Amino acid sequence: MKVLVVVRQVPDSTTTIKIRLDGCDIERTGVKMVVNPFDEFAIELAVQLREKRADVSAVTALIVGPAAAAEALRTALAVGADDGVHLQDPAFDGFDELQLAAAIAAVVRDGGYDLILLGKQEIDLDSGQLGPALAECLDWPHVGATVKAEFAADGRSVTAGRRIEGAEEVVEVRLPAVLTIDKGLCEMRYPSLPNLMRAKKKPVRTLGAADVPGLAAATGALGGTRMQDLQPPPERPPGKIIPGEPEQAARELVRLLREEAKVI
Amino acid sequence: MTPDTRTPDFLELDGLLTDDERHVRDAVGRFVDERVLPIIADCFEHERFPTELVSEMAALGLFGPTFKDYGCAGLSNIAYGLIMQELERGDSGLRSFASVQSGLVMYPIHRYGSAEQKERWLPALARAEKVGCFGLTEPDGGSDPGTMKTHARKSAGDWVLNGAKMWITNGTVADVAVVWARTDDGVRGFLVEKGTPGYTARDIHHKFSLRASVTSELFFDDCRVPERNRLPEAAGLSAPLSCLTQARYGIAWGAIGAAQACYREALTFAEQRTLFGQTLIHKQIIQQRLADMLRRITTAQLLAWQLGRLKDQDRMHHTQVSLAKWNNVRMALDVAREARDLLGAGGISVEQVPVRHMLNLESVITYEGTETIHQLIVGRQITGVEAF
Repeated sequence: MKVLVVVRQVPDSTTTIKIRLDGCDIERTGVKMVVNPFDEFAIELAVQLREKRADVSAVTALIVGPAAAAEALRTALAVGADDGVHLQDPAFDGFDELQLAAAIAAVVRDGGYDLILLGKQEIDLDSGQLGPALAECLDWPHVGATVKAEFAADGRSVTAGRRIEGAEEVVEVRLPAVLTIDKGLCEMRYPSLPNLMRAKKKPVRTLGAADVPGLAAATGALGGTRMQDLQPPPERPPGKIIPGEPEQAARELVRLLREEAKVI
Repeated sequence: MTPDTRTPDFLELDGLLTDDERHVRDAVGRFVDERVLPIIADCFEHERFPTELVSEMAALGLFGPTFKDYGCAGLSNIAYGLIMQELERGDSGLRSFASVQSGLVMYPIHRYGSAEQKERWLPALARAEKVGCFGLTEPDGGSDPGTMKTHARKSAGDWVLNGAKMWITNGTVADVAVVWARTDDGVRGFLVEKGTPGYTARDIHHKFSLRASVTSELFFDDCRVPERNRLPEAAGLSAPLSCLTQARYGIAWGAIGAAQACYREALTFAEQRTLFGQTLIHKQIIQQRLADMLRRITTAQLLAWQLGRLKDQDRMHHTQVSLAKWNNVRMALDVAREARDLLGAGGISVEQVPVRHMLNLESVITYEGTETIHQLIVGRQITGVEAF
């Protein structure tokens, strides 16, 4: 079984998010970038499969992004991926999720992969669409927001658990398939420093737009969406303090909730 | 690019680091953020060393990380320094543990040990299956180790040790102590194993500093150690002093981490606290104090980086390490006190980091050569005259 993990690089959750001057994306330069936390779960799951199952022959990590995205790839390699693919070209910059999925699908379609894992969403723009779109482009089944995954002994199917409102859904899917991973399935181990050093020596294929077979046809036909404008959320209006005796104040509060806020 | 005043990294030290070094710093930094910071104030308050973190630190490869053999990572000395910086951003006690294990136990075995000693101890110490401590300082003082009283006498092919060591980090938890003792041929180093008859260790309590770290006394009472446990290549006081150079180098970096933690908390507080109708950052005195903290951290960072470069090129002189340890720990202690003060009444609580770092740094400025000793070492280098 060959496993592919799609990794995305996102701003560290402790950084202050700023909107880029042209308003079409968040600022990504000069910001501390980390592996998307949901993709970390996918990396760990892939590495655990590699460690536990004799029939898992390789784990490949793939990322689309600028030169600096190699850092996220290196983390995946340090944790245990065997090799990496880095799609790096300015042509990919404006791609939406569907175009990105088409590009990735074009690269991995003939790679002999049985399983593609990635996080269920990215913590920056939060679209959560790359996984389903990738499955669509490959015409593979997809299980979203997986919190449990049990692989059949013959390696041909997986029984996956999904958290849904008030219940857990259990689905069985034949491989090849795309699974997006939710929080709770596993936590990524810390990459050890010796493994970080070894990761440098693992093979990484860097591919530009020209190296992706049929890219123009695959993405061009999709049209795609383009971010027009990003606005910070409006500032919250200041709170209101209702003075007076508790009884009076409570009455006033109820009146305001009913007549002004219209929530009761 | 806008200079980074939050980390702070005002003069872009980040740009001077290699990819490896940045990766190492970020990996250790994440461990500290997620595993150390949530528990360390409680450890300090209740005088508890977080033993549970030791195996995690070993799994990360934090012990002996500059060695290229025995399963270690083979990192640069700058990367090693950044590990110390990140650990001490958590707590000086944790950094002390790593300093001792790497710089004061693995280093002397690696440099002065026999092949048998290396095989036996280095892989186990790297994995922290075994813990070590370093015994040089004695109850009567540490600044003049040439007058140490602990001695080893040859007897029927073995060595018999008598004496005591004091202020020993990890003493009671150590499986092996690197002990320095006088012999008829000068100072020699011995590996004394836990459980050896005549060797006992006792914790030192009532500390107001390094409370999240084990500090002990070691006693040797006719303690018989076989010749094969003597470090064969260590002859004279220069051997333990070379170990101290390693540890002091790590401290010069570690102190930066403590100062960064204090500065960040002071800055956040100054941005949020309102006084006389404005947040504190609008006050000239506050700005001047923050600017001064930033200036001192920045100069310490560049000093540590150049020291690391010299060490990586095998050109570092021990007096340069003295200057860096003196400057950077003094910097960190002053920044910690300043930040403690700036936080007002809340600053006396262990829930804020500066008071903990401030108290820890009182040890850090004292151990591994007091500030005065380092000043005199630099003074001797200038004048050629010893004035100890």
